[in-house]
Amino acid sequence: MREMDVSKIKDAVRDLFLKANFELRPDVLKAIKSALKKEKNACAIGILRSIIDNAALARKKRIAICQDTGMAVVHIDIGQDVALTGGSLKKAVNDGVKEAYAKGHLRKSVVDDPLLRNNTNTNTPCIIVTDIIDGDRVRIDVSPKGFGSENKSKIKMLKPTASVEEIKDFVVDVVKEAGPDACPPLFLGIGIGGTMETAALSAKKALFLPFDENNKKKHFRDIEKGLIKDINSLGIGPMGLGGSTTVFGINIVENPTHIAGLPVAVNVSCHATRSASKVL
Amino acid sequence: MTPIKINTPLTKEAVMSLKAGDEVLLTGTIFTARDAAHKRFHDLLSKSGRIPLDLKDAIIYYAGPTPPPPGRPIGSCGPTTSSRMDSFTPELIRLGLRGMIGKGERSAEVKDAIKKNACVYFIATGGIGALLSMKVKSARAILFKELGPEAVYKLEVRDFPLIVGIDQKGKSIYDKKK
Repeated sequence: MREMDVSKIKDAVRDLFLKANFELRPDVLKAIKSALKKEKNACAIGILRSIIDNAALARKKRIAICQDTGMAVVHIDIGQDVALTGGSLKKAVNDGVKEAYAKGHLRKSVVDDPLLRNNTNTNTPCIIVTDIIDGDRVRIDVSPKGFGSENKSKIKMLKPTASVEEIKDFVVDVVKEAGPDACPPLFLGIGIGGTMETAALSAKKALFLPFDENNKKKHFRDIEKGLIKDINSLGIGPMGLGGSTTVFGINIVENPTHIAGLPVAVNVSCHATRSASKVL
Repeated sequence: MTPIKINTPLTKEAVMSLKAGDEVLLTGTIFTARDAAHKRFHDLLSKSGRIPLDLKDAIIYYAGPTPPPPGRPIGSCGPTTSSRMDSFTPELIRLGLRGMIGKGERSAEVKDAIKKNACVYFIATGGIGALLSMKVKSARAILFKELGPEAVYKLEVRDFPLIVGIDQKGKSIYDKKK
C-alpha cells in the first residue's frame, strides 16, 4: 500500500482551482485562436479577440477569467493501492477549495440550501465525485463550473432504437435553446448511454477531456464532427450576435446501457471552459 | 463604427438616439444587482412600495463581481444572464430605471416596458470579466451587503464597452440574427 496524507490532496485541490480560474486551458485557447482564423463576421471577430485578450490579462494580473468562478467540481480517481491518512478526504478537499477561493479573491457563489439560499461565503461545500481505479496513484480533476451555461444543460432518455440523427437533433436543440445566454461559442460535454446519472456524470467528465482530441471510436467521432458542422451553421455566433463560430469543441463519453434505453446528457459549457488536473 | 460615448445619469434624450446594434462607451455611475437583490427589491416594493435606491435615470448592471485583488477596485466583473431578472424588471422601470446591462435576450414584457418608458437594454460581452474590470474605477457595496457577491455595488466606470441590445423602440439586436 502507498500511504498518502490527505493534506497533499488539499494542497493540490487549492493549486488546481487557482490555476483553472486564472489560466485558460491550452486546448481551449487553441480552439479559440483557430476559430478566429476562420471567422468572417466582424462583430464575432471582435469578441473572439477580446476573449483572447481577457485570457492573457487574467493570467498576467491574476484576475479571474470570469466573475462566475463557479461551483467547485472535484473528480478524484483513487488507486485501490492507496491508503489515505491524516484525516477526512472530504474535509481536505473542501478545505482546498476554501483556501483557493479566499487566497485567489474568487467569487463565493454557493448557497447552503437550494430554497433558503444563504451564501456560505466559502464557495463550499464543493461537488466531489470519487472513483476507485487500479494502481497506486490519485488523479484529481477540478472545474470551476459557471452556471450561465450549467443552467442550459439537459438530459433526455431516448428510445434504444433512436437514430444518430435523433441524438444530434436533441443536442442541436439544446444549443438553440441556450442561445446567447450560455456565453457561446460553447464547449459541449456529451454523455451517451449508462443510466440517467451516468450519462450526466459522463457529460461532465467529457468537459475535462482535451478538446483537441476526438473520441477513439469512429461512430462517436463522426457524431462529434457532424455536430460541430451542424451547430456552426446555426449562425448564433459569439455571444449570440452572429457568425460561424457557435461551438468550439465537442467531446462524447459513451457507456454501456440497458436494452430499453439510450440516455443522452449534454453539459453545456461557455467559451471560458475552465478545468485543471493533476496526478499524485 | 465609432462607439457612441454616453454618460450617467442616462437621460431620455440620450436614449432616444440609440439604436439596437450601436456600440457604446459608458462613463459614470452604475449599480450592480442580480437575482437575490432583485428579489429583495420586489419584496420591499410589495410591502412598502419603496426601495432604498433612487432609480431615476439610473442603470442597473446584472453582475456579481469577484472580490478585488490587492491594488484593484474590483475583481472580474462581467455580465450575468439577464432573462433571470425579467419578471422583476417592469416594476423597476416604473420607478424610473432607464438602462440595464446584461447578456442574452429579454422577455416580451420587458421589451414592452422598455418601449413604453423610453429605456434601453445594453449587452456586455460575457466571460471577459478581467478585461471589463479595467474599466471600473471604483466599487462600493451600498445595499444588502450580507448577500456578498449579490449585494448592490455602486460602480464608477469609464468607457465601459457595450452594445445596444434593445432600443427604445423595442427593436432587439437578436431579432436580426435569427
